[in-house]
Amino acid sequence: MEQLKTIGRELAMGSQGGGWTGQSKEFLDLVKSIGEARSKAEEDRIILREIESLRRRIAEPDVPRRRMKEYIIRLVYAEMLGHDASFGYIHAVKMTHDDSLSLKRTGYLAVTLFLSDDHDLIILIVNTIQKDLRSDNYLIVCAALTAACKLINEETIPAVLPQVVDLLAHPKEAVRKKAVMALHRFYQRSPASVSHLISNFRKRLCDNDPGVMGATLCPLFDLITADVNSYKDLVISFVSILKQVAERRLPKAYDYHQMAAPFIQIKLLKILALLGSGDKQASGHIYHVLGDIFRKCESSSNIGNAVLYECICCVSSIYPNAKLLDAAAESTSKFLKSESHNLKYMGIDALGRLIKINPDVAEEHQLAVIDCLEDPDDTLKRKTFELLYKMTKSTNVEVIVDRMIDYMISINDNHYKTEIASRCVELAEQFAPSNQWFIQTMNKVFEHAGDLVNVRVAHNLMRLIAEGFGEDDEGADSQLRSSAVNSYLRILGEPKLPSLFLQVICWVLGEYGTADGKYSASYIIGKLCDVTEAHLCNDTVKAYAISAIMKICAFEIAAGRKVEMLPECQSLIDELSASHSTDLQQRAYELQALLCIHSQAVESVIPLDASCEDIEVDRNLSFLDSFVQQSIEKGARPYIPESERSGMFSVSNYTSQHQHETSSHTLRFEAYELPKPSPTPAAPQISVSTRTTDLVPVPETTYYTENNQASKLQPVLDASSADHGIKLHLVGVQKKWGRPTYSASSSTTSSSEKKTNGVTHLDGVSLQSQGTLYDSKGQQSEVSAEKQKLAASLFGASAGKTEKKPTSTQRAPKANTATAERPGVARAVSPEISKQKAASSPPPDLLDLGEPISTTTPTIDPFEQLEGLIGPTPGPSTLDNSVTTSEQKAPDLMALYTDTPPSSSSSISSGLGDLHSADKNSPMAKNVPSIKKGPNPQDSLQKDATARHVGVTPTGNNPNLFRDLLG
Amino acid sequence: MIRAVIVMNTQGKPRLLKFYEFQPPEKQQELTRSVFAVLSGRPDNVSNFVEADAIFGPGTRLVYKHLATLYFVFVFDSCENELAMLDLIQVLVETLDRCFKNVCELDIVFNFNKMHTILDEIIFGGQVLETSSERVLKAVEEISRLEKSSSSVSFVPKSVSGRFGR
Repeated sequence: MEQLKTIGRELAMGSQGGGWTGQSKEFLDLVKSIGEARSKAEEDRIILREIESLRRRIAEPDVPRRRMKEYIIRLVYAEMLGHDASFGYIHAVKMTHDDSLSLKRTGYLAVTLFLSDDHDLIILIVNTIQKDLRSDNYLIVCAALTAACKLINEETIPAVLPQVVDLLAHPKEAVRKKAVMALHRFYQRSPASVSHLISNFRKRLCDNDPGVMGATLCPLFDLITADVNSYKDLVISFVSILKQVAERRLPKAYDYHQMAAPFIQIKLLKILALLGSGDKQASGHIYHVLGDIFRKCESSSNIGNAVLYECICCVSSIYPNAKLLDAAAESTSKFLKSESHNLKYMGIDALGRLIKINPDVAEEHQLAVIDCLEDPDDTLKRKTFELLYKMTKSTNVEVIVDRMIDYMISINDNHYKTEIASRCVELAEQFAPSNQWFIQTMNKVFEHAGDLVNVRVAHNLMRLIAEGFGEDDEGADSQLRSSAVNSYLRILGEPKLPSLFLQVICWVLGEYGTADGKYSASYIIGKLCDVTEAHLCNDTVKAYAISAIMKICAFEIAAGRKVEMLPECQSLIDELSASHSTDLQQRAYELQALLCIHSQAVESVIPLDASCEDIEVDRNLSFLDSFVQQSIEKGARPYIPESERSGMFSVSNYTSQHQHETSSHTLRFEAYELPKPSPTPAAPQISVSTRTTDLVPVPETTYYTENNQASKLQPVLDASSADHGIKLHLVGVQKKWGRPTYSASSSTTSSSEKKTNGVTHLDGVSLQSQGTLYDSKGQQSEVSAEKQKLAASLFGASAGKTEKKPTSTQRAPKANTATAERPGVARAVSPEISKQKAASSPPPDLLDLGEPISTTTPTIDPFEQLEGLIGPTPGPSTLDNSVTTSEQKAPDLMALYTDTPPSSSSSISSGLGDLHSADKNSPMAKNVPSIKKGPNPQDSLQKDATARHVGVTPTGNNPNLFRDLLG
Repeated sequence: MIRAVIVMNTQGKPRLLKFYEFQPPEKQQELTRSVFAVLSGRPDNVSNFVEADAIFGPGTRLVYKHLATLYFVFVFDSCENELAMLDLIQVLVETLDRCFKNVCELDIVFNFNKMHTILDEIIFGGQVLETSSERVLKAVEEISRLEKSSSSVSFVPKSVSGRFGR
């Protein structure tokens, strides 16, 4: 109500010609009536009425232009409130053609808000944008650049590209800046279309105006993210720019809240973090300036902290330096101790980065971390869970996962619930201290996150229960199984369970329900029947249940016992054999048939505990070979694989034709030539054709290679991730996150790990006694003691200072074992990945590096001119240095590049050795049979059949999911 | 890069929507609603950051500022720094305040096209363009000055559609 009053008052003022001179009374009335609307329905009615009247009026002939402008603005307003205004789009487009700046800008604003970049009307605007980019009025140029950023798509980039490139040399700095950013946008849209212009970004880095230089950092950041190695030569330039910015050598106008150009500093720090990552030499250049910024940076202002945070990120990304790490840790602790939630959040994030390099950093801040965990702020809590996830070890996994599950239960946000559930599962699989605990944890996750959990997790769980934890101890395995059965029978009493969990329960009960002889077959069968009754609607669960019943019956029969059919089981069979689902019907009939056959036959149909048997899947269908041979001898025609059916020749013919068509059918954006007084018939023809090809500079081949590489990359990644997901590491100390750390790795064996485990247990004891000590002193309240306990269990070390020293030294080797183990894993994967990366960078970039322009750029100091403006500097000596080093470096890089591409490509094809990499044109490819073509329908059908044999029901759409289960 | 700028009031009514990656109108409404649902559920005195991957896709975060009756929201991906984005909101608000002299919700309602002009001077194609509110204001004033002079020169109403139909 209060707001309505103010609207009324302000409207009264407005009608007297107050602040809003641009708008008419009608618009004010509209806003007022919307403001007064009591319900959403009423608001909708008002706007619909408004839209109707606009639709009528906008189509009238000879609408005055000022009027039209207002209509368009009202349309934008209506669309912002969620109503369709598409009838007015064409009028907005027309308005961009207007000569008046005000109308043109309104037109551009409307079209950028209305149209997507593939809208049909874009083609009508491209010409206007082209013209406006050449305008004398720089404001029109700016407006056109803004529109180009939003509206120009991959297809139309060539139409405006030349003009935008010309604008890079525009006298107005505002225009240059926007031109750089427009080019950046084009790069984001379609990297290939501007790949030949990348040197321009390097050039603009030396612009007179710091603003333009700052703008250039954005595209460079993207380029460097995509391909670090081509830009290593710029490290020295970036460092010198950052140094000058930090030393406040920029004009005062670039200061923001007493910080010198903080946004430029942040961007530079991000870039340097990329360039210095894992590169000792490059990092060496960066250390000094980072130290300077740490010293000078003010932590009182928000933006100062932003720069500090970015420094921490940079330090944790580049090759480690002890001094800088100390400074970073100090800043981090300041963040964590701050009262501001924002800074705490940044502190937790920074801590997460630092512990990758030195896990001991966290110890000091344990209480702060726990405070954040109990904070009412959800964002902070989640960030803290992320940190805990990163520092989970076998010693603290129980506490962390319990906390995570508690939080998971408390939230409603399904997206985050899924995420945290999958994290719990991952941690539990990796670090589980005991089987008992693992089963319990999984039960909790399934119970509360239920169907949000990935199906794979359920299959992994079944597999784990079936196979045990990889130890050969049969006793432990059966113990695990019976504990699982016990817990599941208990859980089945709960009123509502997610279907995925029920599937797992049914399967386990079917396989192992009667295995330890504790429960009778009829008891388990009764329970399974209850399941199907309680969950009437779900066919998959029913299928699992009936298969489980079938297995139990089979085991009973095989053991020579008589199966007495419970009445509820009989009614279930009757119900299912009349089911709509053929799958359920089949299972019911199979069960009935099974009950009638001889016990020996039953034993071979469903052998005991056969889920772990390897089933060989003959993908080549070699058992059919003799049959095929016979048929061919009898005169049948041999099978021709699909790929060879239509001859190679015609295919290539078609593609070339296709290419030809596309090139001649693309749009022409350049103006038609003026009629010449004496035209020679042949010459113009040629010029036209060459120009049209110019317009499509995207070479088709690059697309193909990119696609190929993407698909090649997939299997490698999949394989590694699958590897990771399935295995359960009981060793536990291995951390799965982070890059290989640089700390000297000592060679400790697993036996010493066990020792350290014991030691940490001792820690817990000593801690508890300490806690009581605190209590007796009465200095600490009970709550804080509890927190300390929690801290101890999380961090495995005491908060007390006297205890701290020994524990940290004891923990040191443990940390090392973790790091020592990591590289092995990382190394196995990383060469492949790095090779992939090298291969995936487009060839033009590689060439670009070798071009004279790029190698000479560093010789022009980016701030040379700038320094001239600002005043004398002691620069020249350092300047010379940078020149020589960069020149020395350039050839090195070249050599590196000429080496890598061939070797990498060959290694990929040999490494993967699958069909993807094989070139279709090569003669080799013809010998490769089509059977190898990945998962074909026959394969999956067969798998499906085998899966069924084992007693697992496919969830329907994707039998391939069972790849994990079948091994 | 910055994905979107959303200004809405405390009742969830959008006051300015700018998406740097095109979103159809219905999607815009849906996103605005989900952002509002998240923000309105947050108590005071907590951080200004929210992880937004449930709404805007993986890796996205949003920074918001609650001022008077308005929420200013910036949505961005992992290439930006949260604290810096918070300051960018500050730049926007400072500029608005200078431009409208004690800015209130109504100024923004009635002048949302001017607000777009201001925003275009601060963020360009999803990247930070300018952070000095003084210079933003100067650019905006220059634009309105030239707009006025150009429109007074050609005040004669002319049929736009006629010109287009040629």
